[in-house]
Amino acid sequence: MLDFEKQVVELEAKINELQDMNDNDSNDIDVNSEITRMKNKANKILKESYKKLTPQQKVQVARHPERPHFKDYIEELIEDFTVLAGDRYFGEDIALMAGIGRFRGQTCIIMGQEKGNDTTSRIAHNFGMPKPEGYRKAQRLMKMANQFNLPVISLVDTAGAYPGLGAEERGQSEAIAKSIESCLRLETPMISVIIGEGGSGGAIAIAAADKVIMLEHSIYSVISPEGCASILWRSAEFAADAAKALKLTAQDLKKINIIDKIIKEPLGGAHRNQSETIQSVGDEIEKTLKELAKIDGKKLKENRHKKYLAMGS
Amino acid sequence: MSWITNYVRPKIRALVLQKEIPDNMWDKCLGCDSMLFHREFQKNLNVCHHCGHHMMIGVMERLDSMFDDAKYEVIELAKNNDDPLKFKDVKKYSDRLKDARSKTKRDDAIVVAYGKIKGNDIVISAFDFKFMGGSMGKAVGDGIVKGAELAVEKKCPFMVIPASGGARMQESTISLMQMPRSIVAVEMVKDAGLPYIVLLTYPTTGGVSASFAMVGDIHIAEPKAMIGFAGRRVIEETIREKLPADFQTAEYLLDHGMVDMVVHRQDMAAEVGKILDLLMVPNKADIDKNDQPETAKQA
Repeated sequence: MLDFEKQVVELEAKINELQDMNDNDSNDIDVNSEITRMKNKANKILKESYKKLTPQQKVQVARHPERPHFKDYIEELIEDFTVLAGDRYFGEDIALMAGIGRFRGQTCIIMGQEKGNDTTSRIAHNFGMPKPEGYRKAQRLMKMANQFNLPVISLVDTAGAYPGLGAEERGQSEAIAKSIESCLRLETPMISVIIGEGGSGGAIAIAAADKVIMLEHSIYSVISPEGCASILWRSAEFAADAAKALKLTAQDLKKINIIDKIIKEPLGGAHRNQSETIQSVGDEIEKTLKELAKIDGKKLKENRHKKYLAMGS
Repeated sequence: MSWITNYVRPKIRALVLQKEIPDNMWDKCLGCDSMLFHREFQKNLNVCHHCGHHMMIGVMERLDSMFDDAKYEVIELAKNNDDPLKFKDVKKYSDRLKDARSKTKRDDAIVVAYGKIKGNDIVISAFDFKFMGGSMGKAVGDGIVKGAELAVEKKCPFMVIPASGGARMQESTISLMQMPRSIVAVEMVKDAGLPYIVLLTYPTTGGVSASFAMVGDIHIAEPKAMIGFAGRRVIEETIREKLPADFQTAEYLLDHGMVDMVVHRQDMAAEVGKILDLLMVPNKADIDKNDQPETAKQA
């Protein structure tokens, strides 16, 4: 539970209690009007607080454990999803999952980081922090996308690439750099959606796309606010200041044209209505894919190069 | 402290104890702690002549040492929109830029130069670590794009010499976007059939190592240069283990297949010149051919 949601969660608990009373008891007390009143109140509070979320609060929402993850999107949006494993050099890395599947009738390559949703799966997915194997698998699949003329959809949700001994030994930098290069060499459409956290190099490795879309309360940054605060403020306690200074919200990034589009989240954030969130993401991807499908592959690549050459101007 | 320093009053002390040698007469080797005579050390390209430890070298001294007769043209870069995000931590980014500029007499952390190495034309974009740790923001990205464009225009190889802690946090996502941007830039060089060489120096880390610096045709590193993605401290905190002493050094990367060679600074120009000779002479016919009109190609 996020601290600014406390009031709402308490209200919701009361609503449930009343509902149970209503269902179980056959007494004459009419609680329906009270339930409606409380529901309205909860919605009003949610609306108010989500309208003016601070960057630091957005960071919390973006990292919310119940926010839909890669696997949730796959389950609802992709038919016949077929996981393709391994980088063909060293190993398989399920922090970055990838495969082929059918998205609303169209075969696509789909990839993204998966954070996991309980202790066991979080450890298995290494908390969504990929190692070089993951990024090399991404490269392999992007080559495949070119070979079979398939669009690429990437769903970004990571705190960053894994900082570990083995990862360094096997060339984390090179793996990320080549993964960016693979995105840029695609001659098929590529769409990236930042669904939660867009953590630095670990995110851009699979997000140098034709269109980069962010969920309303997701974040995208060159460094975590905690990391930034501990370097520039010399204490992680200043994370809220860093979050503000880093301009990591979807709204800020749209303003400076780093991203192309923002997808609205349900009232109270994606974690309050997973299915609705996933469907809006699906709708936006479908729309964008249709637009990009009209453009010739070579032209797509050329446009993508122009787009990134102009970044920051 | 001698009896005289204790005895004489401060003002007189300053007179009596006037320094006989200027501060910059001696340097201390960071490898073996030897005292090095400054002029000698400089002549030795900031390499200790006792233990061979490579210390950082200024960007202009670096370029002097690379180009034939230390002759080259410095390419001017377009002025940038400073501090687009109005970033402020304990200090304003605009003030940090001002300080770095007055300290280095440079606009940002990169210098683009065009000249010859052992007779071969080459464009070099070299980082200045003294300018905010060589961090990569929009202006540094500009230096890489400009260098790549010039190399394509001059049909000559392109070399980047990073010395950088990584992304410039004060430019946040704009700095992150310099990763794909710089890769697009060096793609232009590769697409033109020209060699792209990276000379990895101390340090090459973070967003810089995870972008243009790791997609070279040839990767050269200086001895003991620190090269890696994540910082040592971050890794130690994550895995809760001590890392080997040679971790992330040039030699470690050579062992792990990430660089082609580790080259002593004094041999650098000769080595690069040799590579350019090898790559450019047979290649030249192809590049010239690409330049001819379609009809000529078919004939």
